[in-house]
Amino acid sequence: MPEEANSRKTEEQNKNIKIVEDATCTFCGCVCDDMELHVDVDEKRIIKAKNACVLGRAWFAEHTIEDAPAALIDGKEVSVEEAVEEAAQTLVKAKFPITYGLSDTTSEAQKQAVAITDYIKGNIDTTTSVCHGPSGLAFQGVGESTSTLGEVKNRADLVIYWGGNPAESHPRHFGRYAVTPKGMFTPNGKKDRTVVLVDVRKTKSAGVADILIRPKPGKDFEVLWALRALVKGVSISTDIEKETGVPLEVLTDLVERMKNCRFGVLFFGMGLTMTRGRHFNSGALLALATDLNEYTHFVAKPVRGHGNVTGADNVVSWQTGYPFGVNFSRGYPRFNPGEFTTVDTLSNGDADAAMIIASDPGSNFPKKAIEHLKNIPVVVLDTKSTDTTKLAHVAFKTATYGINTGGTVYRMDDVSIPLRPAFESPFPDDESILKAIKKRVHELILKNNHSGGASGEAKVAAAVNPL
Amino acid sequence: MMLIPGRSSKQGTSLNKGKLKEEYLEVTSTLEMNKDDMEKIGLVDGDKVRLSNEIGETIVSCIGKKPEDLSEGVLFIPYGPPSSQLMASDTAGSGMPLSKHMMVDVEKIKN
Amino acid sequence: MSATMRIVNGQVYDPKNNINGEIKEICIQDGKIVDAVDDDATIIDAKGMVIMPGGVDIHCHIAGPKVNLARKLTPEARRHDVHPSTPFTRSGSGGTTPSTFAAGYRYATLGYTTAMEAAVSPIGARHVLEEFEDTPIIDKGFYVLLGNNIFLHNLIREKRFEEFEQAVAWWVNATKAYTVKLVNPGGDEAWKGKKNSNVTDIDEKTGPSGDITPRQIIEAFVKTVNKQGYPHPPHIHCNNLGHSGNYITTLETMKTAGDLRAHIAHIQFHSYGGEVGKNPISKAAEIADYVNNHPNITCDVGQVMFGESTIMTADAPLAYVLKGHTKGKWVNADTECESGCGILPFTYQEHLYMHTLQWAIGLELFLLSEDPWRIILSTDHPNGGSFMAYPKLIKLLMDEKFRHEEMKRVNQKALKKCSLPELKREYTLYEIAIITRAGPAKALGLETKGHLGVGADADITIYDSMDDKEMMFSTARYVFKSGEPMIANHEFKTDSQGTVYHIEPTYDNKIEEVLKPFFEDFYSIEFSNYPVDDHYLHQHEIIKTG
Repeated sequence: MPEEANSRKTEEQNKNIKIVEDATCTFCGCVCDDMELHVDVDEKRIIKAKNACVLGRAWFAEHTIEDAPAALIDGKEVSVEEAVEEAAQTLVKAKFPITYGLSDTTSEAQKQAVAITDYIKGNIDTTTSVCHGPSGLAFQGVGESTSTLGEVKNRADLVIYWGGNPAESHPRHFGRYAVTPKGMFTPNGKKDRTVVLVDVRKTKSAGVADILIRPKPGKDFEVLWALRALVKGVSISTDIEKETGVPLEVLTDLVERMKNCRFGVLFFGMGLTMTRGRHFNSGALLALATDLNEYTHFVAKPVRGHGNVTGADNVVSWQTGYPFGVNFSRGYPRFNPGEFTTVDTLSNGDADAAMIIASDPGSNFPKKAIEHLKNIPVVVLDTKSTDTTKLAHVAFKTATYGINTGGTVYRMDDVSIPLRPAFESPFPDDESILKAIKKRVHELILKNNHSGGASGEAKVAAAVNPL
Repeated sequence: MMLIPGRSSKQGTSLNKGKLKEEYLEVTSTLEMNKDDMEKIGLVDGDKVRLSNEIGETIVSCIGKKPEDLSEGVLFIPYGPPSSQLMASDTAGSGMPLSKHMMVDVEKIKN
Repeated sequence: MSATMRIVNGQVYDPKNNINGEIKEICIQDGKIVDAVDDDATIIDAKGMVIMPGGVDIHCHIAGPKVNLARKLTPEARRHDVHPSTPFTRSGSGGTTPSTFAAGYRYATLGYTTAMEAAVSPIGARHVLEEFEDTPIIDKGFYVLLGNNIFLHNLIREKRFEEFEQAVAWWVNATKAYTVKLVNPGGDEAWKGKKNSNVTDIDEKTGPSGDITPRQIIEAFVKTVNKQGYPHPPHIHCNNLGHSGNYITTLETMKTAGDLRAHIAHIQFHSYGGEVGKNPISKAAEIADYVNNHPNITCDVGQVMFGESTIMTADAPLAYVLKGHTKGKWVNADTECESGCGILPFTYQEHLYMHTLQWAIGLELFLLSEDPWRIILSTDHPNGGSFMAYPKLIKLLMDEKFRHEEMKRVNQKALKKCSLPELKREYTLYEIAIITRAGPAKALGLETKGHLGVGADADITIYDSMDDKEMMFSTARYVFKSGEPMIANHEFKTDSQGTVYHIEPTYDNKIEEVLKPFFEDFYSIEFSNYPVDDHYLHQHEIIKTG
């Protein structure tokens, strides 16, 4: 060990190293802002990310400056200006242009994306629709009792994880927020807490749990509903075990713990949203947390996957009033999951052009949606090559948020956190590309609306910097 | 059998290196299967299988998991292009396709 | 940037400068009101029109984490209230929690040019400023929630008042706030830490160590803010909101301020007599009497308007109680070490005793007010009703016949428990200009707002003079913002961003040595990432303190 440390020290001593303190990692929704980045200024790369987990270390180490063109049209290198023009033309020409993605970029860039979609009267959706969209739908029906992560650190004495595997998806969640940290009313850390893990398979997260509950796949709703019934004093038959795989004693024991804790928290993940029931699963969990407030203080929190998917929810919500799946074709926002969400606008063949920002549907979407994406002109902004950039008509290689560019992101608990970039990139960032596209789109739209004449031009000239 | 695609540590780190690179493709083509199920089908670690359903098919290699970790009839794979091939596009009006718990046929591929 | 203009032939109401309906010329140059302009200035003929300064909303909830949760919660409330885009303005949606663009445009449509977001947790300040950037036209600022801040409670408990003052100033600077807000001071710890209970008495011991009282918290903030000379005093949402008998708490809160400045928020909700657990009665007369006789106190009414509203408040225990009544969806969001909030959709119904009493008490407070400069118009948007209901409220105050007709439709039992039926007073246009413009601007210490004298910001509203005051105040014919015609002949002409107002009370950096360890132990975000960077302010102006 000492040898390794010494050689690393020597490595650093021979280089021009800059240290960035309190930098923010945006790989997952934990958005840890205590990163200490050691940056090789000459080679433009991060050689050490102190405090980062294994995912964060990979995030910081692998986002280097690639030798590749900043802009392509149909795979051929072009100037950024030409690409912006082509992108604007593509979007304005389309009848049902869709904007999708946004979870791995700043709120400043997200604002521009919504503005563009508003002007072109298109359709905007974010990766939320295939992540915690169902939880957002459940939220609209039930509401949510929740808190910021610091409350969990300071107060939670019962922590339940449902349908997720934080050890592999959010490695620092246990250590930074919910299980081991010593807080104001949890001075003994893990000793002051009981941790419950509910999942259909036994994962690496099991190591941290005091109690493991294993429902049959697809039966989370039944388990949650049974818990709600028990909380309300309704008796449940022992048949529940046959139905769900979970014995009644386990459920009654859990209910006792939930009612008698001082501050309980239910964290939940894709195991609920991506399975049979979707928003009913999320809704059952949120309702359970709400019900428990008759006995004690209880909160729930969806565990968000990407660094700024929460920002995408927030920006789209404040600008349009709706969180995702928003359509502007009538000149004002309309919300309809299932119709205006992107798996549907693609699989149904509605979209005739797409702008994909900081996400990879070409790799992660259902087959039918990917097939349609291949048939329409697509504008893509991404930091690396992916299946989506491969099928793009116009592709922009952009700088990486939190590594090359500053801006604002929202952690899974809606706390906004600033970014501290490590080194500059020759590639423009998402915000400036989108601003340029927005400006051009707005010009084209105004020109199309006013077929000329002095008053038309005056009106165009009178349009102050579009918001 | 029931397929559950999900995040894994290796999938998370390798996607940072590049989603078109070898490591990511390998990680997202590695299927976890219950050891007893593997025995029944006549599989050993590293064997290739075809997963298929009415949506599509994909070829992946498998490794065994203890029954206490992964139940019979349940499969796990880090999500990526291979698992997307099996994903239906019907979102039942929710916007969310069923991305976990996909029912698939498992067929050993003879070398 | 802005044109040179003369507005002629209009009837001007400018209470700060004692102008009560005179036909008077108003001249604009470079965004300000000036004495005279050149002959080549654009002329606006305001014959048959009424000219007032742009409206100033001293207490509303239009931006930030709490408001956004409310938007996400209620797609059904905005579905039918669409806000289409124009070539110059963005689209949006309405209901009682409009999206940001719609909020700015709709305030402007009513002739308002300034609005203050009344409650922001420090950790949410950055988010508020991001939403402010997307709230067009109106100038704005916000009040930062410090009344349940654990670090500050600890200092009060330990009687470290010197450090308390430094820390308060630090927080106001770090968040870019306009003043300090207290909501149900002392109540948070009971809610989060004691299984959802609450404080019920101003002298009840509470807090993480259970040994400070709401009164001590209120006193500490009132003294500190007055000493530091903020343009607007501590803005206080008293304990016991909504409960029968709470008028005592309100009187005690105001007494705690002594003769130091304090602002009581939505005082209608805090003017109830009667016994706890039973139906309340009106104590508007007692409350109005105290405010009338204590020039150091300002307040906004928090008028209830029948119809849909959204409860969104940092008073989380209150929201939970209301959820028990509606049995509908509910949001609770605790914020570490400092605050929380509760949100739920709510409808005020004419046939219900409680709701009618609340409506009546609000009107009583207006009608019993002897100083319209200090009993200011608000609905605590959207808690009591949407700001879009302000024109109807104005009509209720100005038109006793209309008020009488409305009274026929409400719960008659409740009307008997208050004095509203006997109050025949009608507000004049001059008084309306005070309670919606001059008064709030003065209470806020915004000297260039709320009047039309030379040197004022050229934030000017021109209404068509109409008998039906609700109609008149619903759509301004002209709205000038910083001298720029934003609305002309009822049409939007252009778009703009508005200015963020904030203060920078002085403090000694040394306080950070005390703050930092607390952050490291108990917050989940790094100390250096907590304060809001200047660039989030965009167009902004600092109002002097001291």
